[in-house]
Amino acid sequence: MKIHEYQAKEIFAAFGIPVPRERVATNPAEAAMLAPELGMPVVIKAQVLVGGRGKAGGVKKVVSADQVEAVASSIIGMDIKGLRVNKVLVSECVDIKGEAYVGIIIDRATRAPVLMASAAGGVEIEEVAKATPEKILKVGIDPAAGLLSFQARNIGMALYGDAKLAREFAGIAQKLYRIFVQKDCSLIEINPLVKLGSGSLLALDAKINFDDNADFRHKEWEEIRDLSAEEPTEVEAKAAGLTYIKLAGNVGCVVNGAGLAMATMDLIKRYGGEPANFLDVGGSSSPEKMVTAMRIILSDPNVKAILINIFGGITRCDDIATGLLAAQKQADIRVPLVARLTGTNADKAREILKGSVVTSADSMSDAVKRAVALARSNVEGRMSNVGGAK
Amino acid sequence: MSILVDKNTRVIVQGITGRDGAFHAKAMKEYGTNVVGGVTPGKGGQMVAGLPVFDSVEEAVKKTGANASIIFVPASFATDAMYECIASDLDLVVCISEGVPTMDMVKVLDYARGRKTRVLGPNCPGVISPGKAKVGIMPAASFKPGCVGVVSRSGTLTYEVASQTGEFGQSTVVGIGGDPVIGTNFIDCLERFNADPETKAIVVVGEIGGTDEERAAEWVKANCRKPVLGFIAGQTAPPGKRMGHAGAIISGGSGTAPEKTKAFEAAGITVVHEPDEIGPKLKSRL
Repeated sequence: MKIHEYQAKEIFAAFGIPVPRERVATNPAEAAMLAPELGMPVVIKAQVLVGGRGKAGGVKKVVSADQVEAVASSIIGMDIKGLRVNKVLVSECVDIKGEAYVGIIIDRATRAPVLMASAAGGVEIEEVAKATPEKILKVGIDPAAGLLSFQARNIGMALYGDAKLAREFAGIAQKLYRIFVQKDCSLIEINPLVKLGSGSLLALDAKINFDDNADFRHKEWEEIRDLSAEEPTEVEAKAAGLTYIKLAGNVGCVVNGAGLAMATMDLIKRYGGEPANFLDVGGSSSPEKMVTAMRIILSDPNVKAILINIFGGITRCDDIATGLLAAQKQADIRVPLVARLTGTNADKAREILKGSVVTSADSMSDAVKRAVALARSNVEGRMSNVGGAK
Repeated sequence: MSILVDKNTRVIVQGITGRDGAFHAKAMKEYGTNVVGGVTPGKGGQMVAGLPVFDSVEEAVKKTGANASIIFVPASFATDAMYECIASDLDLVVCISEGVPTMDMVKVLDYARGRKTRVLGPNCPGVISPGKAKVGIMPAASFKPGCVGVVSRSGTLTYEVASQTGEFGQSTVVGIGGDPVIGTNFIDCLERFNADPETKAIVVVGEIGGTDEERAAEWVKANCRKPVLGFIAGQTAPPGKRMGHAGAIISGGSGTAPEKTKAFEAAGITVVHEPDEIGPKLKSRL
């Protein structure tokens, strides 16, 4: 789960990491009202859960107080990579003498948290990592001992070559690690961490992602979650115990298990089609889940055929078949269906689907080929209808 | 022979009094696994599926001689259940539970370092040595005794792949789990398959996210004496989206399927592009 910059900075401030004086505004008039108390000039920053807002024109410096409302209104409502900006952060302008990067993630290979820092702050750290990996300083963190002062100080010394700044950096890095652990983050980042004219350090930006697996012990996340950044169908699917991700193609798919779902999408592409979605119906099977799954897939107008690929284990094929028929009864399914059901209770499922309009397939490859062909002829069929009406 | 589990593995089921625990305790027993008991704190003394329930792993080990455990408790209790097994010096703990916080797994594996217990999972289907023992949730009918070792980050895709080994059958099939931090990785399994006389070929089923496949490829190139087939799921996955598994995500442009496929090819691993190709490709390499 991602949170906004202003929300991350509230956490920073609570843990004693220095942040600029700034306030969040939800409309241009509010922004205009807040600016004078911060002192001109100010920086207005779009609050949006996606990177690259600076390049998209979502961050602007405003010199005169009477321009704040106009600039804020140009940013609020803006579309950045498909997401609407609903809030802006109005921030004091600070005197920047240098920019660094500092962040913590869990390194999958060493199975431990790692502190990363770079003197090349302000740019996407992934770009630095790709182009000049030697510019990223890393130190592994012992999960039992935590981030030790000397480790953080050594990184600070390498960044600044100054003992006072190194100590200040170490303090910030250790607070970051405290947040990382206490708040169950999967990523925490300051980019840039700026050196001010006064000689001290300040977190000019903040990024925190939470580990979704830890949501059972963080009830407060529900209150700060911004659903506007999520695809509504994906939210609906999650509530029903499904994992759905919308894609651009026209072959819908319902699969049990994430790996098999990805493999099914890949095979659709391999046979000349394009998957319309990723959908994992999850482990425990119920006909109701299947009804929801079909409704969500059919809500995408691009879908021209649906492929159901189930390898029954805990999931029972007869439940899937029953759910499929129930879905057909509830909604007018306007696209051809191909089902490949194998494993637990596959025979019962075949019996249930006998006489229905569902095309059965024996193997995964066979099922995919049929679904791709049906989607194609469905598109062509419609196009020739359009032609005939001329 | 086989790897990780066999006829001599004595298994306890943590969370045996729950719905899933009870169901799978019975299914594993019916398969022929040597299931010796279960653990649910506070419910010691009960019987489930004809098996005695104990209050703690320590007690279960004392009374049954168990050397392995399988965990079916909710994610919020799974961490403690794993610690308990490690503290009791079990050989193997299989964590089926999904949704364990990543940092909790970091701490569990740190605790396990230098101790006896191997952790498999979490968020995995478990392990099966067909005809010998099943310590997992996979449908038994999809597996048969044979000579192909399978290791996979997925669940149902593993069943699909195993069923495609056809007449060769499987020595052991291991689902290592779809989380970013897991107890047993590809190399842990490859080392064992390489040393197992019964295993004649190995199939590695990877997916997007992380660099486990790349490291496995390097290991294969340097050490493996047996033919290895590889499959990578997620060629069509969009970047930045978590594809169901917590660990299946392309982040910052790394962890992509083409990178992993390339690493496999460079290591001499035969890459298969769909499960149906596994049977014929095995034939050509065995």
